[in-house]
Amino acid sequence: MRVSFTVNGRRETVDDVWEGESLLYVLRERMGLPGSKNACEQGECGSCTVYLDGTPVCACLVAAGQAEGREVRTVEGLADGDRLDPVQEAFVECGAVQCGFCTPGLVVQAHDLIERVEQPSDAEIREALAGNLCRCTGYEKILDAVRLAAARKAADR
Amino acid sequence: MDFLRPTTWEEALAAKADQPEAMPIQGGTDVMVEINFDVHRPPALLDLGRVPELFTWEQVDGVYRVGAGVPYVRIIEELGEALPGLAQAARTVGSPQIRNRGTVGGNLGAASPAGDSHPPLLAAGAMIEVESRDRGVRMIPAHEFYVGVKKSALEPDELIRAFWTKPASGPQYFSKVGTRNAMVIAVCSFAIALHPEERRVGTGIGSAAPTPRRAPAAEEFLAAELDWDAPLDPAVVRRFEELAAQAASPIDDVRGTADYRRHAISVMARRTLTWAWNDYLRRRAA
Repeated sequence: MRVSFTVNGRRETVDDVWEGESLLYVLRERMGLPGSKNACEQGECGSCTVYLDGTPVCACLVAAGQAEGREVRTVEGLADGDRLDPVQEAFVECGAVQCGFCTPGLVVQAHDLIERVEQPSDAEIREALAGNLCRCTGYEKILDAVRLAAARKAADR
Repeated sequence: MDFLRPTTWEEALAAKADQPEAMPIQGGTDVMVEINFDVHRPPALLDLGRVPELFTWEQVDGVYRVGAGVPYVRIIEELGEALPGLAQAARTVGSPQIRNRGTVGGNLGAASPAGDSHPPLLAAGAMIEVESRDRGVRMIPAHEFYVGVKKSALEPDELIRAFWTKPASGPQYFSKVGTRNAMVIAVCSFAIALHPEERRVGTGIGSAAPTPRRAPAAEEFLAAELDWDAPLDPAVVRRFEELAAQAASPIDDVRGTADYRRHAISVMARRTLTWAWNDYLRRRAA
């Protein structure tokens, strides 16, 4: 079947999509957007987190056809050209990236948190990131990065 | 595989009547896992994500009618005060990403004994509204909805439209045992709802029997023995937790043993009753 939706501001159309295919597969394998990672395929790890109509979801659990006509924003759509999003910058500065596999999902999920909550408490950060697994960092540097990004965002407001 | 995309409830019912083997998909948090892992290859997916009726809730003569497609995040944010037991359970579902998509309707459709919505729906005495094109609406009490492991009373041509439940008339609690605080399938769970004006207590047991179920003997015992004007009698609490555990018929599996589950049900029954009773007495004193 044909599936057409807006991804990072651009309307994209792909053909020959299998009806049981996930949004994640379409993004990675058909639209050349490998930022969202494919790991567990069951919503356990959060590595494929993308915005769907402004709400963070696991792209592996959205059927491609459900995205028809909707608006998808992936990790590739957060930076402004060469200028990283403040969340991405904070991840780099704080050393919140080791192997990097979980990073895109964490960045999108953290991006949503600090959009919604001006100065998230540690408990709110942990709750927001509870569905994103990282096997390298032990999470401390990730928490540092989210705190830093949130503080910068608050200073800009 | 077909991908059916109704945009109204009538179209959805027609699609299900014409293709009863089509698998309804709402948030996808259960259905897509099965497809990704090739557990299930349904001949058609029936996407309910464009049926606006399913995303709304309303109050009809004081009873909440909540569309099957209302995601957990909205149950928590919009209905947390009216339906506190269900909202507590909703907070324990998966992760934020899952709660943004997952729905009570999907939980009911999957009818897993471990589904988090079921115990609070049972404790509150909820009704499930289902409908087919040819036979119209049926209202099924939650305790008659679950008929077997992952089997519900839903007929092949029916879809779940909504659940109906009264706003809480007393304290409600949900408790769940798992290995961590997030992303956990219940090892077992327990829900309680006090109905003070009826001098009655509702219960729901999760993941400790082939289906979610109430603990009827425990409920009858409390209806007969509770003194609604006094602190909890420890002997009453002890008997209640015994009866709650006896209502379970758990199995050994990867998440826990039957013995552990039976024990955990008794502990959760005691705790939730105590929490609820303390709230009840505090509210009465206020």
